[in-house]
Amino acid sequence: MSHDTLALVWFGLLGVLLIGYTILDGFDLGVGILHPIARSDRDRRVIMNSIGPIWDGNEVWLVTFGGAMFAAFPNAYATVFSGFYIAFMLLLFALILRAVSLEFRSKAEHKLWRGVWDTGFFASSLLAAVLFGVAGGNLMLGLPLDDRMVVRQSVFEQLGPYPVLVGVLTALLFTLHGAIYLYLKTEGELQQRVERWIWRAFGLFLVAYVLTTMFTLVKVPRAVQNFEHHPWLWVVPVLNVLAVANIPRAMFQRRPLYAFLSSCATIAALATLFAAAIFPNLVPSTLDPAWNLTIYNARSSHKTLGIMLTIALIGMPFVVAYSTIIHWVFRGKVRLDHASY
Amino acid sequence: MDVEVLSRLQFAGTVMFHYLFPPLTIGLGLVMVIIEGLWLRTRDESWKHAAQFWTKIFALNFALGVSTGIVMEFEFGTNWAAYSRFVGDVFGSALAAEGIFAFFLESGFLAVLVFGWDRVGPRMHFFSTLMVFLGSCFSAVWIVVANSWQQTPAGYHIVPTEVHGVPGLRAEVTDFWAMVFNPSSVDRLTHTLIGAMILGGFFVCSVSAWYLLRGRHQLFARRSFTIGLVVAAVFSVLALVSGHDQAEQVSRTQPAKLAAFEGHFQTGPAPLYLFGWPDEEAREVRHGLALPGMLSFLVHWDFDAPVTGLNAFPPEDRPRVWVPFQAYHLMVGLGTLFIALSVGTLPLLRHGRVFRTRWLLWVYVFMVLGAFAANHSGWVAAETGRQPWVVYPSVQEGVAMPGLRTSDGLSEAVTAEQVLASIVMFSLIYLLLFAVWIYVLNNKIQHGPDERASEPGAAPPGGGGFLVAAVERAAKAGSMTEAHGVAPAGGQP
Repeated sequence: MSHDTLALVWFGLLGVLLIGYTILDGFDLGVGILHPIARSDRDRRVIMNSIGPIWDGNEVWLVTFGGAMFAAFPNAYATVFSGFYIAFMLLLFALILRAVSLEFRSKAEHKLWRGVWDTGFFASSLLAAVLFGVAGGNLMLGLPLDDRMVVRQSVFEQLGPYPVLVGVLTALLFTLHGAIYLYLKTEGELQQRVERWIWRAFGLFLVAYVLTTMFTLVKVPRAVQNFEHHPWLWVVPVLNVLAVANIPRAMFQRRPLYAFLSSCATIAALATLFAAAIFPNLVPSTLDPAWNLTIYNARSSHKTLGIMLTIALIGMPFVVAYSTIIHWVFRGKVRLDHASY
Repeated sequence: MDVEVLSRLQFAGTVMFHYLFPPLTIGLGLVMVIIEGLWLRTRDESWKHAAQFWTKIFALNFALGVSTGIVMEFEFGTNWAAYSRFVGDVFGSALAAEGIFAFFLESGFLAVLVFGWDRVGPRMHFFSTLMVFLGSCFSAVWIVVANSWQQTPAGYHIVPTEVHGVPGLRAEVTDFWAMVFNPSSVDRLTHTLIGAMILGGFFVCSVSAWYLLRGRHQLFARRSFTIGLVVAAVFSVLALVSGHDQAEQVSRTQPAKLAAFEGHFQTGPAPLYLFGWPDEEAREVRHGLALPGMLSFLVHWDFDAPVTGLNAFPPEDRPRVWVPFQAYHLMVGLGTLFIALSVGTLPLLRHGRVFRTRWLLWVYVFMVLGAFAANHSGWVAAETGRQPWVVYPSVQEGVAMPGLRTSDGLSEAVTAEQVLASIVMFSLIYLLLFAVWIYVLNNKIQHGPDERASEPGAAPPGGGGFLVAAVERAAKAGSMTEAHGVAPAGGQP
């Protein structure tokens, strides 16, 4: 494969990792955001244990995404991570707090202890979801990237209306996704409460979705440029709308798994739209388009991209196998036992 | 303070906090594999309870290892952007391989290990334990390979780059396997894994010794102590062998580092210091006790052979001496102590004498701190001895390849205030984490293993072979000869 083709393949593979991460950790984060709807201690434990065995594996997708970006597009990795310094430090804070809230919450009986970690679990899930969206929104708009591939911007400048809107959209999408997941994992009164939240989350998501779409078309005309050259890309937004519309339909038909697959498809479609909007850039520059970081000037050497592809081709079947085994072992409704959180 | 000092502080602090957990999980993983294997052989429920207890401790450490580990992956990009651009082509692939080959394996099977006791059969559960242990070793493989490449780079060349007309340099892979098996990676990986096993062994000994002192969970504690002790003893001895190989390798590949370890300022026959206080101004080691010519002997098998001193390097290429010297000597001193203690205790397993030797049990309760310190100081020595380089210069096929100085690896975009803010944040959250970790760990240890079925003698007779017999013998010997009453199983003091 030529160097250019490999760069393209790696852009695609990063997209796959991003989609994998947002679908899997998306419902984890959503479950965290919905955590406060539980009324009893038992319900809270059910909610946490719905993701208990799998959240850690889901987060590995993010770690692998980071590692793959480092290896395939080191310039983009360096620019983005140093450019979003404070935002990413907050993200790390959120991810650490989330992990330990899950791990520690049920390890002691005190009300205060559990209350603190419950709050930590909710707040960190929400913060992480919003920050992912804010980062995505900023990349859509472009960053003040100079000719030395450096972004000098404070975290406050990164909290413009558009990125914040995308942050809200992401949090609502994950909430919706997490609610459908919880519906699959719960029973009885808790499940009914979860169902009401599916509708609330869906309504709010729909509003944010429409607003973001309009805002994007007005504010980021570049977002649809690729669609002119590749009209087949229009399949993605069409599928996206269908997937969104299918969520309430499937819920009415009492086919929650179908609704869950639809919210997975919605996330996949939105992530694909994001990739289609920025391609071939990884970081668009607002100062001068000549300074954009693209998949061509940010990439690793021909040899490394090839080695990495081999590693990915060997590794991915294993990853799929492990994930299948784990999700199979822990299928069905949440059952609390001595090993649970 | 400037960005460099702060970024180094931040990295050192976060990586040292992170490194409390990975070696502990690797070492505990080995003990869990042994214990669960014994359960599978004997079907004795008390082995199962022992496995479940260590699994709970393991899971707690694992969660902290994962969450503090993500920080490390981010920090390369956030604080060391120039470094990331320079090494991404090489270092990034090792990191990505770690994610794909190790983390998915670990985290997937961890779910079964921790939550799957009632969902899968014993064989599948044992298989999961084995996979988690293997995954944690794989993760050590890739990260140590990546780090070793920075120390002794190979399989690459430095090429000029140009983006937007701005020139730069970066390392690109020419030979993947030469990069993976660079001159130090096998030595360093072996030594790192051995260090982890020692920590696992002493950790298990510490908890078990505490139960023995309190007269609680006797059978469990005797068995676990025996296994922990054997692991600690075997790997402490191996650490000596691998440590020697590694020192010899450092003398060849990073002579400036070895000179810093030993406070060897002038090229010439070199003594081996047992301890001392290097004075960089005066270029000598004060208040030290030295074995003359010993370093020359260890490196060249000749007491008079010259060993390269720091004077062989231009001042700007020399590492600072005090920290590597002390860290290295602390590690070596502790390692020697581990051998003496653990090997010396082995004979006391006969007739369970060790279980009645209270002062010795107290030593074991605290020796785990030494094992943590040895693992940490080893890394501190390795990393501070690498300075001022973040990637060492090297010669590849007769061509000199420039290195990258730590001070040239920073992020241009990041200011000192931002790094300081992050340090404050990490300090607060890590202090909290540390306190909670100790609290929960203590809770779990206080609670102890579930042992309804683990009365001494309740174990069904059966096969199991040599290992089972040996552990059983050591564990039971004491309880049969002990005159004063052993607290009944499950009974609290």
